[in-house]
Amino acid sequence: MSTIYILWLRQVKKYFRSRSRLIGSLGQPLLFLLAFGFGFGSIFRQAGQGSYIQFLGPGIIMMSVLFTAVFSGIDLIWDRQFGFLKETMVAPVSRLEIMLGKTAGGATVAAIQGALVFVLTLIVGFRPNDWFLLPLAALFVFLVAILFTALGITIASTMQDMQGFQLIMNFMVMPIFFLSGAIFPLQGLPFVMDIVTRLDPLTYGIDGLREALTSVGKFGIATDLAVITIIAAFFVVLGSYFFERIEA
Amino acid sequence: MNLKQDGPNIIVVSNLVKKFNEVVAVDHISFAVKKGEIFAFLGPNGAGKSTTIKMLTTLLTPTGGEMSLNGWDPTRDKDAARKSFGIVFQDPSLDEDMTAFENMEFHAVLYKIPGDLRNDRIGELLQFVELWDRRKDLVKTFSGGMKRRLEIARGLLHHPKILFLDEPTLGLDPQTRNHMWSYIKEVNKRENMTVFFTTHYMEEAERIAERIAIIDLGKIIATGTPKELEGQTNTASLEDAFLNLTGRKIREEEASGMDHWRAMHRMWSRRH
Repeated sequence: MSTIYILWLRQVKKYFRSRSRLIGSLGQPLLFLLAFGFGFGSIFRQAGQGSYIQFLGPGIIMMSVLFTAVFSGIDLIWDRQFGFLKETMVAPVSRLEIMLGKTAGGATVAAIQGALVFVLTLIVGFRPNDWFLLPLAALFVFLVAILFTALGITIASTMQDMQGFQLIMNFMVMPIFFLSGAIFPLQGLPFVMDIVTRLDPLTYGIDGLREALTSVGKFGIATDLAVITIIAAFFVVLGSYFFERIEA
Repeated sequence: MNLKQDGPNIIVVSNLVKKFNEVVAVDHISFAVKKGEIFAFLGPNGAGKSTTIKMLTTLLTPTGGEMSLNGWDPTRDKDAARKSFGIVFQDPSLDEDMTAFENMEFHAVLYKIPGDLRNDRIGELLQFVELWDRRKDLVKTFSGGMKRRLEIARGLLHHPKILFLDEPTLGLDPQTRNHMWSYIKEVNKRENMTVFFTTHYMEEAERIAERIAIIDLGKIIATGTPKELEGQTNTASLEDAFLNLTGRKIREEEASGMDHWRAMHRMWSRRH
């Protein structure tokens, strides 16, 4: 337990210490909120869909959770490049504890990032329907954070260096974001697109968050929660499997 | 004869092999290190020194052969073996975004040093390597020598029976080198801690080590005290003995690319 705690603490401390990174990471969601939110706002309204900011808010919150979580997981590669991973790997502790500590730390950082972006959405005019459902929203954020941190660790465990980083950005993280219904409604999509969005785990995270914050959703809270929990558990197991096989 | 050397062997390696695909990095080596001894692996770049240390310290799985470390098999009783040694790696292995104290604390928690003992030991060791005044500073503000000293303090924190040092003085100035070895020799004497280090500086091996194994192209080609090695090769100095045994050809080592990674990391950090 103490191992998991100290690894968690390390990551959270480092997050709060790099203020420039913290502030910088709010720039992108803010840009998306302003450009998309106000850019498409009037078309969205004319199409009879109501306020686009209300729709977009949960999507952008999850976008930043996704990015932060994947990067926290991939951070493992830097630990390896800079030798710190070796210090952890020669220690008499189980690899599973190290993996769980890193996942908990990365997920916490991503969830905090999500909370900060939530505050940003409030500033640009987003309003939750029911403030009492905020804990449910937080649960979705945290599950998505765990899922993608574990995914990041899985990827990092199989990579020797950062060469494949652009590949991961362009062929994994970006598609997961754009095909998740973060910026467009899932109703009335063409058949193929409908299938693709259903295969994207982030879709259920965003749908659940949207349901919790704005009472609008497609699959229902129970389905969203079940799907996201199962996939998160799957990636934690997968990440542990790959992590155990790292040779530093 | 040195009394210490009558003790049992704390490290025993026999027929150890490591292949990376078809490249044989370590080729059937056997040696033993006595308890309390200062033992050096001397060899040119790419001789297989680091690979051997990695196998002894559970970081790499051998392709073949047997190892015993403080009575444990590093391939099977990993955690027991891990508790027996401390290590200073060739490349820095500190978290530069944490303070000196935090790096020590992290290590103490991983090695399950009880909370009440933790701060005392950290304080004691930071004073020992003269970094107590800088304990609250981030490691990235430290010089190369200070980082090395911190790594030594960290390696000693859990009172290991064996201290591994992989090219510990690479890139350090002579003053720092001297300093570093005086710390290590002090603990070696006081605690009868075994020291196993690798180097390609002949002068260092000769001055520090009680026994030396000369390794080249994955094989141990000679073992003995510096005097014995000179005797074996009929040479006047260890340097001549070394050149005599390993030949005079220059060894190329693959570029580590560290600078490249540091540059990329800076870029990456800025983006997020």
